Amino acid sequence: MAERMGFFTDTSVCIGCKACEVACKEWNQLPDDGFVFEATSYDNTGMLGASTWRHVAFIEQARPAPDGDDGVERWLMSSDVCKHCTHAACLDVCPTGALFRTEFDTVVVQSDICNGCGYCVPACPFGVIDRREEDGRAWKCTMCYDRQRGGLEPACAKACPTDSIQFGPLDELRSRAEERVARLRADGREEARLYGESPSDGVGGAGAFFLLLDEPEVYGLPPDPVVTTRDLPALWRWAGAAAVSAAGAVALAFLGPRGWGGSRGRGRWGGSRGLPGSHGVLGSRGGGGR
Amino acid sequence: MAECHPVGFQWVVEAKERGARVFHVDPRFTRTSALADRHLPIRAGSDIVLLGALINHVLTNGLEFREYVLAYTNAATIVSEDFRDTEDLDGLFSGWDPETATYDPRSWAYESTGEQPPAERAEGGPLHAEAAGAHAYGAGGPAAHPNPRTDPTLTHPRCVYQILKRHFARYTPELVERLCGIPRDGFAELAEAVTANSGRERTTAWVYSVGWTQHTVGAQYIRSASILQLLLGNMGRPGGGILALRGHASIQGSTDIPTLFNILPGYLDMPHAERHEGLDQYLELEGGATGFWGNRRSYLVSLLKAWWGDAATEANDFCFGHLPRLTGDHGHYTTVMGQIDGTVKGYFVIGENPAVGSSGGRAQRLGLANLDWLVVRDLTLVETATFWLDGPELETGELRTEEIGTEVFFLPAASHVEKEGTFTNTQRLLQWREKALDPPGDCRSELWFYHRLGKLVRQRMTDDEIDRPVRELTWDYPEHGPHREPSAEAVLREINGVGPDGRALSSSTQLRPDGSTACGCWIYCGVYADEVNQAARRRPGREQSPVAPEWGWAWPANRRILYNRASADPEGRPWSERKAYVWWDAERGEWTGHDVPDCELRKPPDHVPPEGARAEAALAGTDPFIMQSDGKGWLYVPAGLADGPLPAHYEPHESPVTNPLYAQQANPARRTYHRPESPYNAPGGRFPYVLTTYRLTEHHTAGAMSRPLAYLAELQPELFCEVSPQLAGHLGLTNGDWATIVTSRAVVEARVLVTGRMRPLRVEGRVVHQVGLPYHWGWGGDGLVTGDVANDLLPLVLDPNVYIQEGKAMTCDVRPGRRPRGRAALDLLEMYRHG
Repeated sequence: MAERMGFFTDTSVCIGCKACEVACKEWNQLPDDGFVFEATSYDNTGMLGASTWRHVAFIEQARPAPDGDDGVERWLMSSDVCKHCTHAACLDVCPTGALFRTEFDTVVVQSDICNGCGYCVPACPFGVIDRREEDGRAWKCTMCYDRQRGGLEPACAKACPTDSIQFGPLDELRSRAEERVARLRADGREEARLYGESPSDGVGGAGAFFLLLDEPEVYGLPPDPVVTTRDLPALWRWAGAAAVSAAGAVALAFLGPRGWGGSRGRGRWGGSRGLPGSHGVLGSRGGGGR
Repeated sequence: MAECHPVGFQWVVEAKERGARVFHVDPRFTRTSALADRHLPIRAGSDIVLLGALINHVLTNGLEFREYVLAYTNAATIVSEDFRDTEDLDGLFSGWDPETATYDPRSWAYESTGEQPPAERAEGGPLHAEAAGAHAYGAGGPAAHPNPRTDPTLTHPRCVYQILKRHFARYTPELVERLCGIPRDGFAELAEAVTANSGRERTTAWVYSVGWTQHTVGAQYIRSASILQLLLGNMGRPGGGILALRGHASIQGSTDIPTLFNILPGYLDMPHAERHEGLDQYLELEGGATGFWGNRRSYLVSLLKAWWGDAATEANDFCFGHLPRLTGDHGHYTTVMGQIDGTVKGYFVIGENPAVGSSGGRAQRLGLANLDWLVVRDLTLVETATFWLDGPELETGELRTEEIGTEVFFLPAASHVEKEGTFTNTQRLLQWREKALDPPGDCRSELWFYHRLGKLVRQRMTDDEIDRPVRELTWDYPEHGPHREPSAEAVLREINGVGPDGRALSSSTQLRPDGSTACGCWIYCGVYADEVNQAARRRPGREQSPVAPEWGWAWPANRRILYNRASADPEGRPWSERKAYVWWDAERGEWTGHDVPDCELRKPPDHVPPEGARAEAALAGTDPFIMQSDGKGWLYVPAGLADGPLPAHYEPHESPVTNPLYAQQANPARRTYHRPESPYNAPGGRFPYVLTTYRLTEHHTAGAMSRPLAYLAELQPELFCEVSPQLAGHLGLTNGDWATIVTSRAVVEARVLVTGRMRPLRVEGRVVHQVGLPYHWGWGGDGLVTGDVANDLLPLVLDPNVYIQEGKAMTCDVRPGRRPRGRAALDLLEMYRHG
C-alpha cells in the first residue's frame, strides 16, 4: 500500500471563496443543490451532503461592546469535508462492499456497487455521507481517488488560492499542522487548535483534519466523535452467544476468529449481509454533525 | 481583495505569514476583513479625510522620508503666487469658472522663471476638459517647467511642502472620527503602522479597487495615496507602491491598447478636431519636451507606420489626418444620452452588459431602445441583447416591444479558453495563453470578428477620398484553421514593432521619428524581441530570482517595478541592504540590480543635464520619475487634473452629511446630467441611508459569466441587501425576507441579510446607516438565477478626470417587503421624486 494520504484544512487562512466547493463539483460532476437563498451569512449550500462534498461554513461572531455596538469581530470560515476516518463506521456497516479503503488509505464509495441501503448514513459520526434522493445511492468525498490514481492532488486542494486546504502524506501534514499551531499560539492566538489529527481520538484519527480557531461545535463539528461501530464486536459476541444457545454452533463457525481486531477496520464485515436492525442501536456520542 | 481578487489575495496571506500587517478599510466587514489584522469601517465616500489625515500626521510630526522627498519629489518647488487653495476660497481652487464649471489651471503652475513652457499655457479650459484631456495626462504627464525654482530648505511659504502642510492641517484624527466614523484609536493604530513601516528599511503598499475610483473625486483619492506614498518614500521600491486591482482580466491591457475614446495605444492623446490641426501642432500641445514623453513623435509616427504602412510618409504627416478626431465627450454615459436624443444611431456592445452592469440601467435601456442597430457579442444572451423582449420597462409600460425599432444582432463569442492571445494584468505583465479548445458552433474570437468585419468593410470601399483611411489601412494578418482565424502572434508582433530591416524591435528606445520604424504600441515594444514571443515565457519562479523576470513580459522593457531608480539613494546606493533593488555600479559605470533599471543604464547618479536638453537627455541622474517633464514625483500637480492640484474632501454627490470643511459640498467640477433620465436624490430626509454597491467572490460583474453556471449560481442565488441589526430593527426588516431599496432612479427588491458585519457609524454626532448591495443579478440573460438590477439605483454623476460613475456612495431609502409591480412602481418613484 502507498503512503496514507490526507487533507489538512487550515481554517486560519480560509477566505471563504468556495473555490473548493466549485472545483469539487466540477471535477466530480455533481449536481447543484438548488438555488435557495438561506440568509445564513454567505452560506447557501448548507452542509455536506450527497451533492456537496466540500462545504464552507461561515460563522459570524459578534463582539459585545459597552455602547451596545455588537458589530462582527470575527468571521470564521472553514471548508469541511469527509474525514476519511482511521476507523470508518460507514465502511464497517456497508453490506455490499461499495465502501472500501483505497491504497491511499482513504474511504471511497463505489457508486456502481452501492445498493442504496443507507446503513452508512447514520453510521457516520460526522453526518457526512448522504443518499441522493434521485438515485437512492450514497455519495461522499473520494479525496479525488481518480485524480490521485493519476498522480494529481484532489481538485479542492488544487483550487484553494491560500493553501487553506493542503493535501499530502498524512504524517507530513500532521507535523506541519503542529508547527502551524505552535506558531499561531506563539503569535498570541491561543485559540488555535487541531481537530481530528490525533490517532488516539474516537475515530482513530481522521485522514482529513483541521486547524480551528474555536470550539468544534462552533463550526458544526462534533467535539468528540466516536466511530459508531466501536461496540460492535462486543455486540456480536453477545449476539453470537445468543445464537449459539438458540440455534447451535453454526453462527459461531461463521463469525469465528473475525470481528473487531483493532486494525483500521479495512474491508467489510466478514461475509455477513449486514447487521439487520443493529444500526438503530449503535449510538454516536458525537452526534450527527449538526 | 479576498472578495474580488481571491487568487491575488494568496500573496497577501503569504506576506502576512512573513510578518506583514494588513489593514482593511471598507464600509463593510468582508472576507478581506476576516483575514486582516485590523478592519476599519469607514463611511463610503470619506476616504480623502482619512488619507488627508495620514498626510497631515506625517507632515506635522516630521515623519516624511526627508532625503527621498527632497531628491525625488517636487516638495521644494515654488508655486506661482497666483495660486489660491481651497483653504483660502472655501472649497474652490483658483481658476474656477462658474460659467463653464471648469478650472483654468494656469494659476496652479510652478512659479514662472521667465519663459513659460507653451503647453502649460495652452492646455486646460472647457474644450480640453470636455474631451477628458486630463485623463490622457494621467499617464502622459502635462508639461511643467523642467527646472523650476526650488527651496531645498522647504521653508518658502509657496513651496509645495508648505502648501501641503497648510492644505492638510485641518485633516485631523478628530475629523476622521467625525466624518469617516473611524474611532481615534483605530486611526492611531493605522498611522503608527504606516509610518513605522516606511523608510530606508521598510515599505508600505496601498491596494485599491473601484472602492476608491468610483467616486466623483475618484482620481483625487488616488492622488491622496500618491502624496502619502511619496512623502514616505514608498514609490519605486520593492514592497511599496499604489496597486490598482482591475475589475477583470486584461482591463490593464484595455487601457494600454485602449478601448477608451480619448487615447491611442500607449497613452497618446486622441487628436481633437478643433485643437489639433496637423501632426506638428498635435505634438506641440500634447505635453512637455523633456522626460521620455519628449520622444512622443517617435511613438506616434511609429504607430501611424504600423497602421498605414507604406502609405504613411513624411510628406503626408504619416497619415496623421487619417486618425479619427474627438469633438467632445464621447464617453459611455454621454453616448447613452446621445442614444436617447437620437444622435447616436448604432452601438457595438462587446463583452459588456450595460443594461445590468452600468449605472442608471433605465437610461441605458431607453438608449438601447432608440437605436437603429445594436450589435451584442457575448457568451450568453445577456440582458442588453434582450431588453426589447423582457426588460423591466415593458413591465412598467414605459416601453412596448412593437414600438422598439432597434435591430439587434447577437453574435456568439468565443471564451478566453477558446482563443489565443495575451492578458495584461495589473502589474503590466503580459501573459500569453494558448487556445485550449475550439469554440462551439458559430462562436468566434474578437480577433476573428474584427478582422473579418474589417475585410468586409474594405470590400465596400470606393475610390472616394473619404474612404482612403480605411482603404490604406494595413489589414493583412496571416490566417489559419477552418474558420480562417487571424494569427494573434502576428498582431502581437505588429504591436511590438519592426525596424527598417523588418526585424522585430527589442526596445522603445529604438523607435525613430522619421518613419523608419513601425510599432503598434510603444510601451509594448520588446514583447516580441529577438522574434520570440516573450509573453509566452513560463520559467517557474523557483528557478529564478524573486523578481521572476522570465515569467511573461512586463511593459515597459520587462521592468517589474516602475520608477525603480527611486529604490536607490541620490548617489545610486540602495537605501538599505534589506530593500536593495537596483543600484549604480561605479566600476562598470552602469545601473544594475534585480530588475531592469528604470533609467538610462549609463547615466551616472551625479549627471546634470545641459541647458536646453530635450527628452530623456534633460533628466538628471537623480530623476526617477522619468515620464514627468521635471523627472519628479508630483506631490502637487501644477497641471493635468480637472478638479485641482491637491485632493480636497468633498462629499459624494448624494450624501446625508453636510461638508463641514468647505461651503463647497461636492466636487464642483463633477460631471452631472440634468435631464429627466438622470434624476438625483434630493438632500434631506427622504433618502436617509448611505448605499454602496460591490461584487461577491461567487459572481462575475453583471453576472453573464456566473448566473448561467449552476455551481456558481447556487452559491449566491439571489440579490440581497446587507443591513445592520440596528437598521433592521429600526425598519422592521426580517432576515431572509424582502426589502425594497429606493432611489430617485429606481425601486429594487432584494432579500434581507441582517449582519453585524454592517456597522452603524457615528458621523457628525449622529448615526449613519449604510446599506450594501451586490450588483450581479438581472432579469434574464440565460441565468439560472435572476433578480432586480442593483445598478438601476445609481446616479449618473461622474468624476471629471476620467468620467467614471459614482457607484460606491449615494443615498437611498429602504422599506420592508417586496416592491410594487408595473405602474405602481412608477407611482412610488414619483412620490419619492416629488411627493
